[in-house]
Amino acid sequence: MLIGSVYALMATGLTLIFGVMDIINVAQGIFVILGAYLSYALSVHFGIDLFVGLLITIPTLFVVGIVVERLFLGRLKGPERTAMSILVTYAVSLVIEGALNMIFSGNPVQLHAWYVNRSFNVFGTYVAYIDVLGFIMAAILLGSLYVMLYRTRFGASIRASLADQTAAALIGIDVRRVSTICFGIGVAVTAAGGMVYGATNAFNASSSYDLISRLLVIIVLGGMGSLGGALVAGILMVTLEDLVGVVWSPVWSQISFFLVLVLVLSLRPQGLFGKPAARVA
Amino acid sequence: MFRTRSALWALALVVFLLYPVVVTNPAYRNIAVVTLIFMACATSWNMFSGYSGYVALGSAAFYGTGAYTMALLANHLHMAGGAAMFWLVPLGGLAAMVAAVPVGLIALRVRRHTFVVITIAIFFVFQLTAINLSFTGGTGGLSLPYVPWGASYFEVPFYYVGLGILIFAVILSALVRRSRFGLQLLAIRDDEDRALGLGVRVFPVKLTGFVMSAFVIGMGGALYAMLQGQIYPQFVFNPIFDITVALMAFFGGFGTLLGPLLGGLILESAQQYFTVTFSGGSLGSLYLIIFGALFLIVILFMPQGIVIAVRTWFVARAARALRETPSGDGALVGGGV
Repeated sequence: MLIGSVYALMATGLTLIFGVMDIINVAQGIFVILGAYLSYALSVHFGIDLFVGLLITIPTLFVVGIVVERLFLGRLKGPERTAMSILVTYAVSLVIEGALNMIFSGNPVQLHAWYVNRSFNVFGTYVAYIDVLGFIMAAILLGSLYVMLYRTRFGASIRASLADQTAAALIGIDVRRVSTICFGIGVAVTAAGGMVYGATNAFNASSSYDLISRLLVIIVLGGMGSLGGALVAGILMVTLEDLVGVVWSPVWSQISFFLVLVLVLSLRPQGLFGKPAARVA
Repeated sequence: MFRTRSALWALALVVFLLYPVVVTNPAYRNIAVVTLIFMACATSWNMFSGYSGYVALGSAAFYGTGAYTMALLANHLHMAGGAAMFWLVPLGGLAAMVAAVPVGLIALRVRRHTFVVITIAIFFVFQLTAINLSFTGGTGGLSLPYVPWGASYFEVPFYYVGLGILIFAVILSALVRRSRFGLQLLAIRDDEDRALGLGVRVFPVKLTGFVMSAFVIGMGGALYAMLQGQIYPQFVFNPIFDITVALMAFFGGFGTLLGPLLGGLILESAQQYFTVTFSGGSLGSLYLIIFGALFLIVILFMPQGIVIAVRTWFVARAARALRETPSGDGALVGGGV
């Protein structure tokens, strides 16, 4: 349940990128793992605390995001742009996966700190410290993301680009620059998500496939391009999985969410909070 | 022009027919069988997704369905391993078709990006089902009856059956491309609402195309299962398969007949060769980096795929030649895509 907020954070990054740029970033999964490995390297080699390490890993991934956008995604044009973006980001994720495998080997690792394995008792149930801390961190980051989006001038230009790129460009917004920075932000949040993911799961580079499938499902369920939708669907996913796992059987917990998605979409193709698809010429 | 083209197709066919006669190394023959399967899958993927513009990234659901049909039927019918098992290949295709109907009914209601993601989600439903049900053997997978052919020609029957599937896929794709049905698919790709307004019954057309493409992919999965002799849910329901097939079509030329063939031939044989050569250790990961980087380069410099890039280059050269010879009549007829 608490971890749901972390998924919501990573999915928000993904939906922000999609909404502003019409790009499906399949590399989001490997960026999460990259963030997790960065935290791992910092804590193992330099003894830097996981949360303090975020001060380094978040800006690093922001830069990685900007470089990827400038080098590859900004060059894509034409009607098949979205489909091409899937392939490009997939290629990027293959390269990163290969590099991570070479550096860290394929053996799964997990992040360690005093708060990872300890828990405290609330009304008879045990709650792990990392879950609470992860929840607080995700809440702070999501909160500041929302403040930036809804209370600042730059946020307004992002939302304008989300709503209508052409109109935004016409009133003098540099959509190109907004897109690049959005991609950077969308990737940067994965550093935080990756740290919590790495602390709660053993991971290696191929964990990214599991992650990206979940994240994609979250943003589709919430409605592609809807920030609030990503938040609700992220929390919903983890809650549902836990619930089914406890009440019924952990075997069916993963599948349940995919089934809910299929059900929701057959009734509401645009997702829970999505706008109905506009006619695309 | 038409005659050269037919001659080239015939030449390609002869080369493919002779390959196992000339090449006797079992490892290279094995690579060739897998490559043929992937070429057939990419061709039929392109027959739906390339023509209609609905990029489906869940084809492994049908590949896996075909593979499991082969394994389960062969075991339940207590078949002795051998050529008789090849009869199960079309049954694998049929099972994939049956599975594709409900999937299409759900997924084809949405368009573009949402369609892409729904196909991925449905694929995971298939994979998780295969892992969790008891009759599919869970993560341990299933073994198939042992095929008792000698090592010196073990792959050869598989090769020719695979070639048969590929030829079937190419002919099917070419027929669709030239038919009224194919034009309806292309109309959907260009502007679905307008096609609907002009009287194309879009939903049945999309569903038919989707189910037809699942048939060939299911056959590919069934043949692969028989070749391997042992299947695991994570390898036949493999998310990488979803992307690879789409990748081959984009690499060669999205929506063209030749594109997925070239893409499949180049990418799969290269991938298999690299895997055999640098298996394991850090070199295996190096291969991922090289593969990803090559792929990036092709997408960025030939965003429409090799076939269209080469064709554009030829047309541009012909146009230059026409301009330089004053007697040229200047009529440059562009071939259909």
